[in-house]
Amino acid sequence: MTTALLDQEIHARLCGVTRVYPGAAGTQPVHALGPIDLDLRRGEFFAVVGPSGCGKSTLLEVLAGLQRPTAGTVLFEGRPVSGEVPDGIGVVFQEDASFPWLTVWDNTAFGLRRNSVDAAEIRRRVDDALAFMGLMDFARAYPAQLSGGMRQRVCIARTLVLQPHLILLDEPFGALDAQTRLLMGDEVLRLWRRTDATVLLITHALDEAAMLSDRIGAMSARPGRFLDIVVTGWPRERDSKIVGEPAFGEITGRLWDNLRGESMKSLGYSKMAAE
Amino acid sequence: MNRVSWIRIAVVAIAIGLLEVCCRLGLIDTRVVIPPSQMAEALAQLLISGRVNPEIARTFGIVLIAAVISVVAGFALGVVVHALPRVRQALDPFFATYYAVPIFIFYPVLIVIFGLSVMPIVLMGVATAIVAMVISTLNGLDRVPQVLSKVARVHRMGRTATALLLKLPAAAPHLFTGVKLAVSYAFIGVIASEFILAPAGLGRVISDAYTDFNNRQMYALMLLLIIVATMVNMLLHVLDQRWAERRGIAKA
Repeated sequence: MTTALLDQEIHARLCGVTRVYPGAAGTQPVHALGPIDLDLRRGEFFAVVGPSGCGKSTLLEVLAGLQRPTAGTVLFEGRPVSGEVPDGIGVVFQEDASFPWLTVWDNTAFGLRRNSVDAAEIRRRVDDALAFMGLMDFARAYPAQLSGGMRQRVCIARTLVLQPHLILLDEPFGALDAQTRLLMGDEVLRLWRRTDATVLLITHALDEAAMLSDRIGAMSARPGRFLDIVVTGWPRERDSKIVGEPAFGEITGRLWDNLRGESMKSLGYSKMAAE
Repeated sequence: MNRVSWIRIAVVAIAIGLLEVCCRLGLIDTRVVIPPSQMAEALAQLLISGRVNPEIARTFGIVLIAAVISVVAGFALGVVVHALPRVRQALDPFFATYYAVPIFIFYPVLIVIFGLSVMPIVLMGVATAIVAMVISTLNGLDRVPQVLSKVARVHRMGRTATALLLKLPAAAPHLFTGVKLAVSYAFIGVIASEFILAPAGLGRVISDAYTDFNNRQMYALMLLLIIVATMVNMLLHVLDQRWAERRGIAKA
């Protein structure tokens, strides 16, 4: 395979990425992440799992350009990412980031209006995104009138209309109940298939990662590094029913084998982790 | 109108009716308090005669000026203090204890500096109202979710666009609370200052009527103040409620 072809397949690349937060007065700097090397292939669904505080969200923010790495380089579509979110990257956060003063329709149209997109095109894209996310009946509703899951769908729709090539999901279902999370997982899979975008999902839920992803990176306790990259081997046409497959249990088992000790470390159970 | 509104009206009507009955039956000395019906009658006569119209215009004009200055300057000050954490840390105790200080003790000082003019009254109105707006602005900006700053960066919004399109609307409910408080405090500051010492204005006329045992005029003007202050407050309350409904937040 030529280098050019390889580069075409690699959508985003992290090389030796490290993030160290300067310590507050009188305290040590916090080494949060890395060094991390990762190649995200064009169109793949990649999940990152790891113990609390291992730097998963930092990894996402560095990749998005929301934080600068202390060392190392980040490339998106062959161009360096540094301190600004490049065109073509969409981010959905864990927190409810819908705008309570705007209707669902206006929330979804926000980014397009900012980019001065033609009004007819805005209408077409917003209606399409709302129909796809099952929000058309709520287009005139305000976020306060919606459930947490629906509000998160509004945020996904707002990202979707901008037609990103790389969608970064930072624990978007973290605040939802288990059943809603499964259904939202199906929605994200549908979205991923339709857009052909590359998706990076940060999650603490092993089952969610195993169900949604082509590959899963298991991270160590802080400073976060990849301990293992698990290839799930799922077909592109899949949904939440795969949780009943025997391979699903094997994947989550392998992830837990990697993470059990690391999670204990992050909780301060060093001795038990050693055993 | 819903049941709560009917109950509210009934409470006011019963209170007024009770006062009327007590005055008419002599349970309350009418040399001290006149019946509400006479207050209303005296007010109508006063308004028709036009004798106090210049005073009314002057006082409500000053209240308006004081409220506008307090809202605009209080908001600006709140934004600046919010952007400077160390300054805020230093000022927070003052904001917290501001309304514990009887600020009217400074009124004579202002009169010495500015003379018996409109200025000391405007300044007292502003002094009474501005800190409520500053505190509400700080509260509002504190409650803007951090995630909105990240969303702004994802949309590559500059500081001005972030402030105007995201932070300001997110903080707006708290800012509106500040506006309501500032208007109420401006009323109190201006009327009280006029009552203490002023060449003109409703407070002065009420004070004169009180000194002259002119109960009809005193109660008529008190009634006018109560009606105007309540109407302004209710108007702001209705606006707040409509806004909350627009956001899908039901308010009682």
